[in-house]
Amino acid sequence: MTLHEHDVIVVGAGGAGLRAAIAAHEEGADVAMVTKLHPVRSHTGAAEGGINAALRDGDDWELHAYDTMKGSDYLGDAPAIETLAQDAPEEVIQLEHWGMPFSREDDGRVSQRPFGGLSFPRTTYAGAETGHHLLHTMYEQVVKRGIQVYDEFYVSELAVTDHDDPEDRECHGVVAYDIKSGEVTGFRATDGVVLATGGDGQVFDHTTNAVANTGDGPAMAYRAGVPVEDMEFVQFHPTTLPSTGVLISEGVRGEGGILYNDEGERFMFEYGYASNAGELASRDVVARAELTEVNNGRGINDEYVHLDMRHLGDERIYDRLENIIHLAEDFEGVNPVEEPMPVKPGQHYHMGGIETNENGQTCIDGLYAAGECACASVHGSNRLGGNALPELIVLGARAGHHAAGKDMEAAQVPTGPSAKSEDETSLETPVSPGEIGVDDDVAADGGAIADPKAVVENAVERERQRIEELLERDGTNHAEIREDLQKAMTENVNVFRNEEGLKKALEVIRECRERYQDVAVADPSRTFNTDLIHTIETRNLIDIAETITLGALAREEFRGAHWRQEHQERKDDEWLKHTMISWNGGSPDLYYKPVILEGENKEYEPKVRSY
Amino acid sequence: MRERAEANLKDAEETVKLKVFRYDPEVEGKKDPRFDTFRVPFKKGMTVLDALIFARDHFDSSLTFRHSCRQAICGSDALFVNGRQRLGCKTQMSELEWPVRIEPLPHAEVVKDLVVDMEHFYDQMESVEPYFQTDELPSGEEQKQTRENREKVKMSTRCIWCSACMSSCNIAAGDNEYLGPAAINKAYRFAMDEREGEAMKEHRLNIIEQEHGVWRCQTQFSCTEVCPKDIPLTEHIQELKREAVKSNLKFW
Repeated sequence: MTLHEHDVIVVGAGGAGLRAAIAAHEEGADVAMVTKLHPVRSHTGAAEGGINAALRDGDDWELHAYDTMKGSDYLGDAPAIETLAQDAPEEVIQLEHWGMPFSREDDGRVSQRPFGGLSFPRTTYAGAETGHHLLHTMYEQVVKRGIQVYDEFYVSELAVTDHDDPEDRECHGVVAYDIKSGEVTGFRATDGVVLATGGDGQVFDHTTNAVANTGDGPAMAYRAGVPVEDMEFVQFHPTTLPSTGVLISEGVRGEGGILYNDEGERFMFEYGYASNAGELASRDVVARAELTEVNNGRGINDEYVHLDMRHLGDERIYDRLENIIHLAEDFEGVNPVEEPMPVKPGQHYHMGGIETNENGQTCIDGLYAAGECACASVHGSNRLGGNALPELIVLGARAGHHAAGKDMEAAQVPTGPSAKSEDETSLETPVSPGEIGVDDDVAADGGAIADPKAVVENAVERERQRIEELLERDGTNHAEIREDLQKAMTENVNVFRNEEGLKKALEVIRECRERYQDVAVADPSRTFNTDLIHTIETRNLIDIAETITLGALAREEFRGAHWRQEHQERKDDEWLKHTMISWNGGSPDLYYKPVILEGENKEYEPKVRSY
Repeated sequence: MRERAEANLKDAEETVKLKVFRYDPEVEGKKDPRFDTFRVPFKKGMTVLDALIFARDHFDSSLTFRHSCRQAICGSDALFVNGRQRLGCKTQMSELEWPVRIEPLPHAEVVKDLVVDMEHFYDQMESVEPYFQTDELPSGEEQKQTRENREKVKMSTRCIWCSACMSSCNIAAGDNEYLGPAAINKAYRFAMDEREGEAMKEHRLNIIEQEHGVWRCQTQFSCTEVCPKDIPLTEHIQELKREAVKSNLKFW
């Protein structure tokens, strides 16, 4: 059996993974990246708007932290948010020093622009293609350093010891399927594994996410025993193109773009959704406003609203938003210099994810996570525009450094089931969640295998058997299951949620899980078998969809991106806490842990979030 | 999915035929390359990628092609569509002659169906020292760059590594060591960036002046024509030739 060995293994090669790999390399570690796509194909490349960082006079990290906490609707953890705001300026300067082609001011300094929910124009950008430049700039640095990249290797399982208590478990590596050769390969990590697998938007049917964003990292970590946190908080971006879900950057509104309903009204002001900030209110506010317009019969074709940027003038559009012209033309057939663009909310970003602290550590020793797949939590219940890219570089770097053994201050955010403050006791689900046919009596065998190499080899053997079985047997194709799952999620677990819909979604998810029992791969080939890859991904989507829906059903309040018809107010007395779900051997356990509002110099007082 | 496909086809006002190249080195019946025909329902706004996904998900799950972002930024799905290199995701079916013929990129080894081996392309990209290099960095703040200079390199930084240009280039087809348009464009991106300084520019011009560098280009513009990001590749190559000549004259 092929067994590769490195100090640090980074899974995924988007912004967080690349930054983690560079950081670990800076610490002298032998790093390898294992990624299902070649690094430059990662979805970080699709990020358009920019990177929030307090770089200028009149701005400082504390303002950035305050805006982020407010945007999070007081569900972010202060130590993580302050770390983000403190480290972001240095990380942005680092990107510039690596040659990233930022947009420039007349004096030659990097440009910044206003973004939703920000008290200062601190969104640093490179045209409307900031993510593309960030991704390529960091990949260039990976090439420069000679960091080994195993591209088109699909990591399908983690090699973790099987101690009863997840907090006793250790991660020794990963199992990957070499897509080109079909070989199941072991990767042993002597110092640490960093998960940086990105988003999971493919859980939904209308999303800005790539086809590859299937939540592999969160699903694998969850099944290995790491709790997932705040999964109900899914960001729906207010401006996506209706036919494809392609994103139209918030930069359009940042530069002065205006939203109109079918009656030509500037509804953000006209109907009081955000009387001060208007189009630049927080994303959740704008997304709900748009759908409310549509539901009240003021939508265009009962589906979308218009985003108009014509008044900005050709020069400004070409200078700062040129990319938007191409996107609107190629994917919606609209020339935005001549007519307004149709837009509607689409799944965009997952605030929830693998529970980590501000150093990227999970409760399993040697297992880290950073970027969208993780939840530190810097975004709480709603992420501000321009805060995803700094999260990638700040937390990616911290996870990489820590994994490689850098001496760092101990983290303040607690992780693992021992951080539990309260059990969820009243949740009623129409069907039981979790693994089918799980036998509660069979406990793990108490960490019988201690030898790290054997842990990896056993994991490889298990995966090889699973894959052989999928290839050999006859059964249903995964595509229909995936389609039904995605449709049910977009129908029932979207911007507006209610108990009935959420329960319906849990039933569909259960059906999908049952049908998945008989899934099989029709393509017998060992060469580039994407049928197999997609089949494995679909299992991950089922697990992730279930945690999102369980969290949404449990949280009986309206906070940030999570809105409940029966509970249309924020309930701080009861709900200033994180929703945690632990796999618990296949019988998911839902519990809570407190939010940390105590910052370095101050306590963040929950206020009414108005824009 | 087949039943859903039948229903979709029945409801569709219009359907379109795809003729898709198939090959798998280890599956009986696919070892000899062939074309399969798929009939899919046509919808306004449908791209070549949408059509391929429909065919795969409804008729043959073994149909293999790379794709990810669906929005022309990941560069995964450069294909040979009706005899021309195009990105599947940004090519509207309505703009093509039907039936639509879809093949893997020419001048690259086929791994399976529409997937080609990208290693050679990546090697060429990485051979031009494709990373920013400078010794003089201000401490704690950004380097300055003029708007004009940023504008100068802007188009070159848009490359998404799809390799459509390399596939379209006759010179690259005949000379395997030729750097190719994308790698030369990458070199341009750094050579023209004033932040790197003059000495580094000299070094970069030396790299692209090598035997299999810029002088191989015969300005046929095929790369520029197929580039999905509208990068003026041929112009960039020509400009590097002029820069190289200027720089050589300096040392006479």
